[in-house]
Amino acid sequence: MSASPEPVDTAGAGDPDVHIQVKDLTMAYGSFVVQRDLTFSIRRGDIFIIMGDSGCGKSTLLRHMVGLMRPAKGQVLYEGRDFWAADPVQRKAFMRNFGMSYQGSALWSSMTLAENIGLPLQEYTDLSAADIRELARLKLALVGLAGFEDYYPAEISGGMKKRVGLARAIALDPDILYFDEPSAGLDPISSRLLDDLILELRESLGATVVIVTHELASIFSIGNNSVFLDAEKKTMTATGDPKTLRDTTTDPKMHRFLTRGEA
Amino acid sequence: MDDLYQLKFAAAGTDGLQVTLAGSWQTHHALPDATPLENWLDSHPGIQRIGFDSSALTGWDSALLIFLVRVTAMAGNRSVQLDQSGLPDGVQRLLQLASAVPERKGARRAAGKAPFLERFGNRSLAVAGATRSALAFVGEATLSLARLLRGRAQFRWSDLWLTVQQTGAQAFGIVALISFLVGMILAYIGAAQLVNFGATMYVADLVGIGMARAMGAMMTGIIMAGRTGAAFAAQLGTMQVNEEIDALETLGISAMDFLVLPRMLALILMMPLLTVYADLFGILGGLFVSVTTFDIGVVEYLHRTQEAVKVRHVMVGLTEASVYGVLVAVAGCYQGIQCGRSSSAVGAAATSAVVSGILLIVIATAILTVIFNVLGI
Repeated sequence: MSASPEPVDTAGAGDPDVHIQVKDLTMAYGSFVVQRDLTFSIRRGDIFIIMGDSGCGKSTLLRHMVGLMRPAKGQVLYEGRDFWAADPVQRKAFMRNFGMSYQGSALWSSMTLAENIGLPLQEYTDLSAADIRELARLKLALVGLAGFEDYYPAEISGGMKKRVGLARAIALDPDILYFDEPSAGLDPISSRLLDDLILELRESLGATVVIVTHELASIFSIGNNSVFLDAEKKTMTATGDPKTLRDTTTDPKMHRFLTRGEA
Repeated sequence: MDDLYQLKFAAAGTDGLQVTLAGSWQTHHALPDATPLENWLDSHPGIQRIGFDSSALTGWDSALLIFLVRVTAMAGNRSVQLDQSGLPDGVQRLLQLASAVPERKGARRAAGKAPFLERFGNRSLAVAGATRSALAFVGEATLSLARLLRGRAQFRWSDLWLTVQQTGAQAFGIVALISFLVGMILAYIGAAQLVNFGATMYVADLVGIGMARAMGAMMTGIIMAGRTGAAFAAQLGTMQVNEEIDALETLGISAMDFLVLPRMLALILMMPLLTVYADLFGILGGLFVSVTTFDIGVVEYLHRTQEAVKVRHVMVGLTEASVYGVLVAVAGCYQGIQCGRSSSAVGAAATSAVVSGILLIVIATAILTVIFNVLGI
C-alpha cells in the first residue's frame, strides 16, 4: 500500500459526510500483529464505538487513529487526507482538532485542574492568562465542576477526574473527540451521566465521537456506528450500527458479546 | 480569520435590547469583549430584557459561550431578563449545561497570601509534624528489625538478595571509579605540599589514612545517597502513588517489614563492604599518582601504606560507613513512604532523600570525628 500525501479519493472518501476513514490498517508491536485489514469509515457527527473482547487491540486502534502509534500497514484518513503520510507540521494541525480523554484520566498531577485545561489553550491559542482561566472555568462548569479550578487531581474523586479529562478534551473545541473507556471504574449512574454528557456535547458542539468501550449499555444507548474487533481472528468481524449488528449478526462470538451470552 | 465576530445593538420597544451576533465567533487571539454591551446598558438605564439575533452567525465555539456567560453575569447584576431563544440550539444547551450544576459552596480556594504570623505558625507546625513522623518512622523501623530478629517479620528473603545485588554489586563500578579518582586527588595535593619538606614518601600515609578513616566511607555514603537513597524514595513513592502500599496494608502485610526492612538491611550490609573496596581503590589511585608522577616505587609505596594504616583506622571508617548506611536507608525509605500521590511528589521525595541523606552524612561525620577524637582512636 503506497501512501501519498495528496488527498486520496477512495471508495467512500468521495462522500463529503465521511469524516474519518481507516483503510487496510494493520497494527503490530514489532513482529507481533495485533489486528490486520481493518477498513471502516466514520461519518461526521457519528458516535462510533470500537468494541471487542479484552486484549483485541481496541485501545491500540485508538492510538493509531490519534497519532500515538504508526500503522505497520494501511492508512488513517481525515477528510480524505492521509494522516501518516503528512509531514509533522500537517500532522500537528490534524491533531489540533482532536480531543482525547484517557482511560486513567491522565491528568497532569502537578498542575491544578484549571492549568490542566489551560495547557492546550496556552499551546495553541494567543489568549491571555485571564482569558484562559475564564475558558477553563467554563469547561469545568460544562462538566459540572464549577469552582474546582484550583484543586489538584489528587484531591478529587475518580469520577471527577474522568469529567476533568473530558473538560480538557473539549478545551480547544475539537472536531473529533476520542474516548478510551470513558466509563471504566464508574458506577452505573455516573457512567450514565457521563454518557449523557458525551451525547450532549456531541449534539451542541457538532463533533464526531469515537469511543472505545465494552459497556453494552453505552454501546446501545449512544452508539450509532461501530466496529467489532476479534482477538483470536486478529481482524474485524463487522462494522455498522451496533443495534443492527446485534439483531442481524451470524457471527457467534459477536452475538454472544452483544447479548452478554444471554440469548 | 478576517471574518471576525460582529456585535450590534438595537433598542427593541421601550425596555428591550436586541443584540445581533454575526460573523465567526471563534477563539482566535482574544475572547470577545462584552464591555461595549455594558456601556450600552449604562447609557440606557431603562432596559429590562435582552434578546438575541444570531441568524447571521457563521461559526461559533467557546468564544461565544464565554461572551454569553459574561453577558449573563452582567444581566444578573442589573436584574435584566435574558431571552436565549434567539441563540443557536447548541449554544442554548451548552449554557444550560454550564449552569446545571451550581458551583459547590466552599469549593473555591481562598486566593492571596496568609498573614506572616499565620505562615510562620503553619511552617513551625509542619516542621514539628515532620520531626514527629520521622521519629515515628525510625521507631517503627526498629520494631520491624526486632520482629525480624524474632523471626516474625513478613519478609521475603529473595527481596533482600535482589536489593543486596542492586545496592552492592551494581554500585561497585561507580564506587571504585570515584574512590580511585579521590585517591589520585589526595596524592596530588598531598605530595605537592610534602615535596617542599622532602617528605614525598609520606604521601602513602596521607592517602592510606585519609581514605581508610574518612574519605572512603564518606564518598561511598554520598554515592549511595545519590544512587540508592534516591532509588528507594522513587520506588516506594511510585508504589504509594499506585496504591501498591495500600494493597499490602489491606492484606495485613506491614509495608515496614515487607518493603523498608529489606532495603535498610541491604544498604546497611553493603555500605561497609563497598567502603572496603573504596579504601582499596583510593590507595591504588594514590599509588598510581605516586609511581607515575613522584618517582616512588610500587613496593616502597605499598610498604609505607602497610606501616601507616592500622586496623583501627579501617575500623573507624567501617563504623562510619555503617552509620551512613543506616542514615541513607532511613532517609530514602522515609521519603518514599511519606510520598504524596502525584508524579511531582515522587520527584520531590527523591530530591529530599538525596538532600537529607547527604546532610545527615555530613552531620554524622562531624559528630563521629569528635567522638573518635575524644576516645583517642
